[in-house]
Amino acid sequence: MGYTIVEKIFAAHRRDTPTPENIILDLDVVMCHEITTPIAITDLEARGMDRVFDPDKIKVVIDHVTPAKDSKTATQGKILRDWARRQNIRDFFDIGRNGVCHALFPEKGFIRPGYTVIMGDSHTCTHGAFGAFAAGVGTTDLEVGILKGVCSFRLPRTIKVEINGRMPAGVYAKDVILHIIKKLTVNGATDRVLEFGGPVVASMSMEARMTLCNMAIEAGATCGVCLPDKITAEYLWPFIKEQYTTIDEALADFQEWHSDPDAAYEQVLEFDVSTLVPQVTYGFKPDEVKDITEMEGVPVDQIYIGSCTNGRIEDLREAARVLKGKKISDQVRGILSPATPKVYNQALEEGLIKIFQEAGFCVTNPTCGACLGMSNGVLADGEICASTTNRNFNGRMGKGGIVHLMSPLSAAAAAVAGKITDPRVMLD
Amino acid sequence: MKQFGGQALFLDRSDINTDEIIPAKYLTENTKMDLKPYVLEDLKLGGFDPKRDLADKGVIVSRANFGCGSSREHAVWVFEVNEINTVIAESFARIFRQNMYNCGMLAIELPAADIEQLFNLGGEVTVEVDLPAGKLTAKGERTAEFSFNLNDFDRRLVAAGGWLNYADKHY
Ligand code: SF4
Repeated sequence: MGYTIVEKIFAAHRRDTPTPENIILDLDVVMCHEITTPIAITDLEARGMDRVFDPDKIKVVIDHVTPAKDSKTATQGKILRDWARRQNIRDFFDIGRNGVCHALFPEKGFIRPGYTVIMGDSHTCTHGAFGAFAAGVGTTDLEVGILKGVCSFRLPRTIKVEINGRMPAGVYAKDVILHIIKKLTVNGATDRVLEFGGPVVASMSMEARMTLCNMAIEAGATCGVCLPDKITAEYLWPFIKEQYTTIDEALADFQEWHSDPDAAYEQVLEFDVSTLVPQVTYGFKPDEVKDITEMEGVPVDQIYIGSCTNGRIEDLREAARVLKGKKISDQVRGILSPATPKVYNQALEEGLIKIFQEAGFCVTNPTCGACLGMSNGVLADGEICASTTNRNFNGRMGKGGIVHLMSPLSAAAAAVAGKITDPRVMLD
Repeated sequence: MKQFGGQALFLDRSDINTDEIIPAKYLTENTKMDLKPYVLEDLKLGGFDPKRDLADKGVIVSRANFGCGSSREHAVWVFEVNEINTVIAESFARIFRQNMYNCGMLAIELPAADIEQLFNLGGEVTVEVDLPAGKLTAKGERTAEFSFNLNDFDRRLVAAGGWLNYADKHY
């Protein structure tokens, strides 16, 4: 019997097996941000355990509220900053160099196939796009990760998600994953790994794969994962070129992290995306998803393009296709938060920022900000936001606010129309 | 080890998420105690008033996929500081369940039919937890007993008072 990629990663990182159902894994990367880490740091200090297992394996960013908006968020940043200095953590990204964690860390080449990764953040599953096991954890898991470099998991079962067909014009990874979550429901993948494969995934960019894996948690999954291939190797090349003489050599190595043909899956789900139309959420759960054509005309107050789901360069390009030469409706306000400084710079060089600004968008610095209703675009009671983020929970972007999740293209179309609308008619 | 059991608060809805349990805007608080007043502030549940309904409760009973969404352990701490020690539900989101055990608290899964029965006991319901035997006794207008399974590792975490204590000893 063969093994899945995650079973192989688990076998290679096994520190202990306290029971047949549980495994303690050695960690390759522990990532930290200023919302969930400061309280871990102060607790470790209080216990006289202010140490780290390996400063080079800890990656730190201030991203959720940056620049600080008040004394409390300033304190969170300060605790994290002081700790990174004290513990000689070199990969610390403060304002000016910071961006949304799940967009920034992949860009820095921190995630490699076969890695084990945790972070005190549920969307850590994003990094599975690189063929890694990456899971969101709470603060206690984070503390133990920081201190000991280990984390406990139950042995997850794997659901294979085969994505077949051809992506129609105007349909993106975001539409595909919303459609999959609708089918799986919000807990259909709890204690499971979602392994994405098939021809559509094979031809997806790393950015698109990250969008897929990012929302695995919205179906309850422990992690999403894509098998590492040539596209992965090309993305990582600047960081691995000292290690390998050619891409093919890297690819041969990545084979170690491929699921075997006879691996045991709990379930294989097949989706054909050829007839998929742009998707959008209604209600307060990410599995409450409809075809955008069924939501035509729903008015919106704010458009938000950004986040770890859809704040990458491709996302900005898609939105700009619709915004180019147009103005957003007087009824709405548009906010763009490029996810990282690199995305921001690239968007400047490509003329995308100009397109957004001329259309009437406000462009903020890279930050999570409005995605979790903490800063930079919090909704008022009763306001509606067309958003490229990943959660439409009650109050997520501000108390009493309503969020409709959609692709960057659909969000841009909503900005122009002042209401939810099928973006495909705006494509030339 | 903590003491488990107490009066039950019934939250009759599935998919209660951690944003509802403790909204993100309070994640800037730097001690667990500071979170206390904001418990379940954004819960979407008709007629629910956290201040009134949470008084003197030790146990929460709810439906499927409790604690989904964000990884914030604040959702567990805000229960802890409000003296909730046990959540009983049909199922849990993985991170929330792990966070409960990591803090030495109980997240007990029961089949849907048992949960239904708990909801229908009538009156003020008090839940007693017999951890070694894996038994719950719930007394309202009627009394019912339920057995539950605890993963052996989770059981060790509860006995150790949480994952940090356990990990510090073993790794
Ligand atoms: S962008 Fe939103 S979902 Fe992503 S890490 Fe930031 S707050 Fe979380």
